[in-house]
Amino acid sequence: MPMSLIDELVAKGPVLLDGAWGTELQARGLAVGEVPDYWNLAHPDRVEGVARAYVEAGSDIILTNTFRANAIALANHPDVSKLDQVNTAGVEISKRAAGGRARVFASIGPTGKLLLMRQVDEASLRTTFEQQARALAAGGADAIVVETMADLEEARLAIEAARATGLPVVACMVFDSGKKKDRTMMGVTPEQAAEALSLAGADVIGANCGNGIDGYIPVCSRMASATDRPIWIKANAGLPTLEGLETVYRTTPDDFASHLDELIDAGARFIGGCCGTNPTFIEALRKRLDA
Amino acid sequence: MAHASVENIVVMGDAVRELIGDEWMKRVEDLYEAVLTGDQSTAVEVTRQALEAEFDPRSLIDDAMIPAMDEVGRRFEEEEYFVPELLLSARAMKSALELITPRLSESAATRKGCIVIGTVGGDLHDIGKNLVGAMFEGAGFEVVDLGSDVSPEDFVAAIEAEGATLVGLSALLTVTMPSMKATIDAIEAAGLRDQVKVLVGGAPLSTDYATAIKADAYADNATAAVRVAQALTRA
Repeated sequence: MPMSLIDELVAKGPVLLDGAWGTELQARGLAVGEVPDYWNLAHPDRVEGVARAYVEAGSDIILTNTFRANAIALANHPDVSKLDQVNTAGVEISKRAAGGRARVFASIGPTGKLLLMRQVDEASLRTTFEQQARALAAGGADAIVVETMADLEEARLAIEAARATGLPVVACMVFDSGKKKDRTMMGVTPEQAAEALSLAGADVIGANCGNGIDGYIPVCSRMASATDRPIWIKANAGLPTLEGLETVYRTTPDDFASHLDELIDAGARFIGGCCGTNPTFIEALRKRLDA
Repeated sequence: MAHASVENIVVMGDAVRELIGDEWMKRVEDLYEAVLTGDQSTAVEVTRQALEAEFDPRSLIDDAMIPAMDEVGRRFEEEEYFVPELLLSARAMKSALELITPRLSESAATRKGCIVIGTVGGDLHDIGKNLVGAMFEGAGFEVVDLGSDVSPEDFVAAIEAEGATLVGLSALLTVTMPSMKATIDAIEAAGLRDQVKVLVGGAPLSTDYATAIKADAYADNATAAVRVAQALTRA
């Protein structure tokens, strides 16, 4: 039996992911309040610029500019009918930038509505995620990443929709709550997440956003203790602090990379950055991995 | 706290129990427990029975529901409760309150006032704002929810139309925080700044930021928002 893509990647050692996209798109002219995903149609060249910057920084896997491109999150957007094109184009852009040098894992984010508040029901979540997953698969994604999830039920529905495409699936949650920042907003612990995401059939499980890289070391080892799946961690550049009216992330690329070995020891096999990181962070991680 | 909590009543012991009546005590304790554990159907059923037995509706709120929500808030802030528990309790409280409100005099029902809430311009995140809305409804406020990506003009129009005394602004993104300042500036420019107390909240915010943009207060979670609002409107 041929080796699966995930096994093949893990066998080669720690896999380097990409960093934040939103701030990189803002640097290229994305306005405050503008939905980044629609740039896949309006400014594919600029989106490709972000993707290429990560490939050049040394990412083994890059994601896609499709995090919010689901029909529930963007229900009130005038171009909601173009979401299939937005998703497919998002994958095609990342693939062009990768040019065979990196794999493209397509991003699915949360809908921003809570099942528990009855703002949305299971059936519409299922349909929405299936629609997005199909469009991402049609673009030629190597895998699908269900990310920044706070609610296990929503994560499970997204994983099932992603699995229906036949592609490998990564599923990660955001641990930003609780005194030790080791719970999701819905109170889910790393152990509960690891068990439930594995049970739902994700091939890789993990955590992203919400926490600095040092904060994700204990979360990572706790997840690793509760699953046999490889662990994926995309941490923020620390926690944001206020400078005047500006919010800034203070962790530098070198600070960030200094935690790499510990994170690998804690069980992480796929490592990258989230909010506050940029291609320089990925370069610093690459340098340390290759040292 | 002005009202007696259930714990206090329990501590007062048998003499008081006799004076108030076992049946009343039982209802209050059951309602307190139902709200605390987010048991909506029990909360509604106990309230319905209590009202049929002609218990004072005001005391169901003051002696059972408010202490229960205070305890929910404490557990949330202590991180024993998370969002699901908070939502279930708020829902139980709201359903019980809907039965009670028609029995209260007009002045008592509307005494809490009206809060206009929304996520500021450019920001589509509404989970935090919705939680705040649920907690304010649970606490008996009239809540006007403008949704997400709300322009300063729409906030101003709603404050005027509703005669609101409170406004709650939410932002999740660091890049949309400036929209909060723009909204407060617009409220000021419309001559409404003295009419409303402005509360701000959202993951990237802080008290320092609230002060810098001239908001009246910052709350770092939904139950704290209600507490802060009550303190502000009492003052």
